[in-house]
Amino acid sequence: MNTYQAIRLIAGRELRVKLRDRTFLITTLFFLLIAVAATALPALLAGGSTTVAATESVAAPLRQAGLDVRAVADDAAAERAVRAGDVDAAVVAGPTVLAMNEAPDDVVKALSSAPAVRLLNPDALDPVIAFLVPFAFAFVFFTTSQLFGVQIAQSVTEEKQTRIVEILVAAVPVRALLAGKIVAACLLALGQITLIAVATVAGMQLADSGGLLTLIGPAIGWFVPFFLLGFLLIAAMWAVAGALVTRQEDIGGVSLPVQLVVMLPFFAVVFLHDNASAMRILSYLPFSAPTAMPLRMFSGDAAGWEPLVSLALLLLTAVAFVAAGARVYEGSLLRTNGRTSLRAAWHHREPIA
Amino acid sequence: MTSTLRLDGVDRSFGDRQVLKDISFEVAAGRMTGFVGGNGAGKTTTMRIILGVLAPDAGQVLWNGSRLTRQERRRFGYMPEERGLYPKMTIREQVVHLGRLHGLDLGAARRNTDALLERVGLAERGDDLLETLSLGNQQRAQIAAALVHDPEVLVLDEPFSGLDPMAVDTVVSVLRERARAGVPVLFSSHQLDVVERLCDDLVIIADGTIRAAGGREELRAAYTLPRFELVVDGDAGWLRDQPGLTLIDLDGPRAVFDLAADADADDQRVLHEALARGPVRVFRPITPSLAEIFREVAQ
Repeated sequence: MNTYQAIRLIAGRELRVKLRDRTFLITTLFFLLIAVAATALPALLAGGSTTVAATESVAAPLRQAGLDVRAVADDAAAERAVRAGDVDAAVVAGPTVLAMNEAPDDVVKALSSAPAVRLLNPDALDPVIAFLVPFAFAFVFFTTSQLFGVQIAQSVTEEKQTRIVEILVAAVPVRALLAGKIVAACLLALGQITLIAVATVAGMQLADSGGLLTLIGPAIGWFVPFFLLGFLLIAAMWAVAGALVTRQEDIGGVSLPVQLVVMLPFFAVVFLHDNASAMRILSYLPFSAPTAMPLRMFSGDAAGWEPLVSLALLLLTAVAFVAAGARVYEGSLLRTNGRTSLRAAWHHREPIA
Repeated sequence: MTSTLRLDGVDRSFGDRQVLKDISFEVAAGRMTGFVGGNGAGKTTTMRIILGVLAPDAGQVLWNGSRLTRQERRRFGYMPEERGLYPKMTIREQVVHLGRLHGLDLGAARRNTDALLERVGLAERGDDLLETLSLGNQQRAQIAAALVHDPEVLVLDEPFSGLDPMAVDTVVSVLRERARAGVPVLFSSHQLDVVERLCDDLVIIADGTIRAAGGREELRAAYTLPRFELVVDGDAGWLRDQPGLTLIDLDGPRAVFDLAADADADDQRVLHEALARGPVRVFRPITPSLAEIFREVAQ
């Protein structure tokens, strides 16, 4: 059996165990529901046009505007209907628009003559979407890397805690063990975000906001490679955190720095998303690039070569982290007495044949 | 080719503390080799070095005369001192998994797992999670995990600790079966009576050095004093005057004595003498128990 087969077996076990884990399944389902709800619900709830009570004399322009007109006998009846809550608004002689506490824009619009409008930048983003999409990307990356990161650490510590690691290390190379775990976590994370992406797209179809889809489609396309490499980077750190301790309870303590390097870029991207120069820097820093660069692609202010350079930087960093992580992992995996320091793990090596 | 595992001049230190000094011994094919020593004598470190979990500072582990490789090690079966399997996996699933990690294909791993679980009495519990089993049953599962890939060598650290007497018998018979099939078996134990009952060969380690190694009977012979027990009907006090004989214990008709190593001191002569004086009820050489040899050697 070669190393590749060993990695496949290790990864296979991790996947099987995880796919049967109830917590994991429930979280995934929960994410999917949120994705569908966030995209489809607003459109569904917004459905149903405003109801207007009016006498036949003023009803024509309202009907033309697509409003739901309830014909009433006179203006007094119209006002009663509004007060009773039977309709959203009423139009009485004047014409005057009646409503309870908020001017009904669509009714007002139907009765006004609008001036001609010429848009100078018709493709500019709706500011709500311009905020929501970055936030959604950052959120997905943040939660997925946190969720799966903790699971990598737990799985590493479990093997140390139960001492099965000694049998494993006698059978397969330590690096194969690490690689198998990271591969499995990457597959699960990728699978989960793919599902979320599919759910989001389906939600958009449902809400008939296909325009938005063509808009963020390319950003989603870029998000995938960035996400994978970014996750690899973080997975290596979580594996090290898990290898340094011998009990599941101690993971929280050692993983604080890892959580910080995930959390700080998340907030940086969320808060600085409309600051172009900050985003330019963030889109090249390996820890924030996975969310910052797809965003700049989305808002259209990154040149075509920029994601490639950023991706290359991220790849180099991820490879370096995995290599360093593998060394620390090897140095700490068999130290089953309490917590190992990074330094001790780095310098301790069993030159195993 | 005979399959022999040999350690050759193995040293190992942890920091400033040298825990193994020039360890050399052999585990021969088809022999159960008992590995005994006190706590901290170096048994576990030695076994970890054999399995490549630790590396020696000097010396080497040889398999059939040449340096042991990783591929060969994968064909070894190992039961570490500190037990552990995945608590949240079923017994069957994890034994199959370990079999595959040791190079079996899925079909063979499944077949071996089923046969072994049957053999160690866990067939009914195969689909239960490990954590739901009693400690004794977890121990049986551990044995199955060490044996699933039909190992060419077995290295078992304290395989009997925590087992009830019935489980000990099961495990003993499984191990003997493997030994008879030509597998070298090295096992450590604190329970010297079990080792005495089981082993063909014996390696005694103390303070990181090998104090004695060899066949059980040869070792016993080497450490046997020419000591005898005699029980007669009358008083055995006359033994005091026999030449070349040192009385160790005298209690009326029963006496324990050593014979000097020279040619004059002949056990048969003493027996004739005793028979001339009356009936002899017991006359036998006293062989030391393993515990006695161990105490003497390990000092």
